[in-house]
Amino acid sequence: MSKILAKRKLSEEVYRLEVEAPLVARERKAGQFVIVQVDEDFGERIPLTIADADPGRGSVTLVFQTVGASTHALAQKEIGDSITLLGPLGNPTHIERFGKAVCVGGGIGLAPLHPIVQALKAAGNEVVVIAGARTRELIIMREELEAIADEFILVTDDGSAGRKALVTEPLKELCEAAAPGAVKPDIVVAIGPPIMMKFCAETTRPFGVKTLVSLNTIMIDGTGMCGGCRVSVGGETKFVCVDGPEFDGHLVDWSGMMSRLRSYKAQEDEAHHKCHIGLGTDAPVGAGALTGGAARQEGSR
Amino acid sequence: MNDTLHEAGKEALEHAAHEELRRVAAIRAEGRELSPRDRMALPTQAMPCQDSALRSRNMFEVAEGYGESQARLEAERCLDCKNAPCVKGCPVWVDIPLFIKKIREGDFQGSARVIKRTNLLPSICGRVCPQESQCQAECTLGKSLKSVDQAVQIGRLERWVADRERACGACDLPDIGASSGKKVAVVGSGPAGLTTAIDLRRAGHEVVVFEAFQKTGGVMVYGIPEFRLPKSLVAMESGLLSEMGVRYELNFLVGRTRKLGALIREDGFDAVFVGAGAGLPKFMDMPGENLVGVFSANEYLTRANLMKAYDRERAATPIYPSRRVAVLGGGNVAMDSARMALRLGAEEVRVLYRRTREEMPARAEEVGHAMEEGVIFDFLASPTKVLGNDKGIAEALEILSYTLGEPDTSGRRSPVPIKGSERVVPFDTIIVAIGNESNPLLAKTTPDLKVDKRGHILVDDKQKTSMDRVYAGGDIVLGAATVILAMGEGRRAAAAINELLA
Repeated sequence: MSKILAKRKLSEEVYRLEVEAPLVARERKAGQFVIVQVDEDFGERIPLTIADADPGRGSVTLVFQTVGASTHALAQKEIGDSITLLGPLGNPTHIERFGKAVCVGGGIGLAPLHPIVQALKAAGNEVVVIAGARTRELIIMREELEAIADEFILVTDDGSAGRKALVTEPLKELCEAAAPGAVKPDIVVAIGPPIMMKFCAETTRPFGVKTLVSLNTIMIDGTGMCGGCRVSVGGETKFVCVDGPEFDGHLVDWSGMMSRLRSYKAQEDEAHHKCHIGLGTDAPVGAGALTGGAARQEGSR
Repeated sequence: MNDTLHEAGKEALEHAAHEELRRVAAIRAEGRELSPRDRMALPTQAMPCQDSALRSRNMFEVAEGYGESQARLEAERCLDCKNAPCVKGCPVWVDIPLFIKKIREGDFQGSARVIKRTNLLPSICGRVCPQESQCQAECTLGKSLKSVDQAVQIGRLERWVADRERACGACDLPDIGASSGKKVAVVGSGPAGLTTAIDLRRAGHEVVVFEAFQKTGGVMVYGIPEFRLPKSLVAMESGLLSEMGVRYELNFLVGRTRKLGALIREDGFDAVFVGAGAGLPKFMDMPGENLVGVFSANEYLTRANLMKAYDRERAATPIYPSRRVAVLGGGNVAMDSARMALRLGAEEVRVLYRRTREEMPARAEEVGHAMEEGVIFDFLASPTKVLGNDKGIAEALEILSYTLGEPDTSGRRSPVPIKGSERVVPFDTIIVAIGNESNPLLAKTTPDLKVDKRGHILVDDKQKTSMDRVYAGGDIVLGAATVILAMGEGRRAAAAINELLA
């Protein structure tokens, strides 16, 4: 069991937990994730990305959004409580000196983007971060990202902070590299809701810019055993947990992946409804999902 | 069908056995012992089972287990052969004639002790071992009566002895040798890992078992359903290891949480046993297989078993709401999936198998139970594609009919597709149960560990891998096999490790 060392509410629906996990903190690399379970008997196993790690303190930082019954249960946990945590899982991000890297994060996707931005920067890349959210208060990890990035572009859907735009607009401009002296990105990393990643991939495709996306599919074990996370990439079936979680965004079968994310939508809505009754809150079903649908998974990874 | 499996009330069976035992007692009262002929005439004791209509909608154990009279009577059937062919059929060499003799003598605790000398997990083995192809296949009585079904029901007796011991709350722990000062890591807490851990601990080594899941038991908790192997039993039998001083590290994935090599180089382990299991589900590689509603049996069963999705009120893990279910495959896992789907409320469950019942690899008992419960079998049929709607949700299978042709390399007649026989049958849930490949994770993160082209870890006749001080066994070596074969490999590995560390 892993003890919660610190807890902070970042916005109405987003929490940041620092959890004691010395081995995970030591082994984890950018791009990897963990599986968390609140109750060992009846709890669900949910994949969460690692936002940061402190090997000295022996802890990892998880950022998640409360969008389903299990993430709500996790948000109820306090400092000193323990949760089950397995990791680090998945393949680390392939990091090298690409040249110019553009990292796009949407909403909760900014959390897993953070270690990748760190690693790309440390490898000597010029790193541009595009941070997007629906509205001002859903922007997370801003200080951390702004401190590392060579250029930090903030956009919100409603214009309450930064540019009023979708992340794909500045991404397209960067790919066009129209300004004098501007160079096209050598690599793009996009993490966020599936629909955002899909459109980022569509944006970069005409420019031939390699675009990595980190998929957030349904998983149980996270070790290759269940196959629930499978997705078609370039016509081949891949398991996100052992073959991913990062794939070439231009090759992912997005509609298939998004359908699979909605496999349990009806049950999740029901559970979510029940958990809200239990909490005595009256937030509407699905509130906080960035794009509607696939609520739980978007919130968790 | 196996006539010893027919459904009958536990009380009626127990009563009949009691009457028969009185006749046995009368023979003894005359001062003579039963002759082999007398023993051969005693009726094979059927397993009392929950009524099929009832059990197909609940999670309780199907087989209820013998009562004492049934057990004692079945024990009287044993001919106590000098050469004990049954023991040779047991991968962990349980002294079968002796444990049965102890039942006959009324020394039930002694009987449990005999079994546990070589098998510390008898409640599990008594339930899930395919005895009909192991110990019971070798039984002289079965051979004399010309039917393996008439063999001494060794598995049922083993189960009874173990259950009785547990009910009495008198589980003896094996003796632990003096501390050797050596430390061994066991990767995986399934049947291979637990068996190895026990034998290593007995030799006085410090043993740490690493398990990726939140519970111990491996396939016995995520794969085999509650109605066949109650999880409380697995917890109890793996709990015995804790009492012996074996330490469990749960939620620990060797290869990721810690590299295999680091366990030896940095963490001070003197040897490692890898019993990580098969654990990478195979799919049919047919169009539409990634549609919503298509599951690997591993996923379906894990949701239902380990994650307890059948308990809809309490479990947070959802299970797909199924009405018409197709299970693809003919092994025990296919049977488990089909029977689980029924219990989770499916209206119709069909097993699709390319060959016929005779070629099915599933145990006859499991097939029989599935049929009794209402699972429908479509033999000589296999799907060619999954058809879905515009939301990416599976709605039907296109199924091709087969006929049996010449025997293939496995000796089974190979299925030959009948051209033009395609038909479309509506299904909302498709469970693929055609086996597992080996999980690539450990090999990928441990470059020195040699695997064959299918990813199975290569071992020598002592279960030693290509890496110094690293041994392996169970499904990660064998491919998908049985609990008891995994245990056999575990025992062999433990013997080799004990020799290495002596």
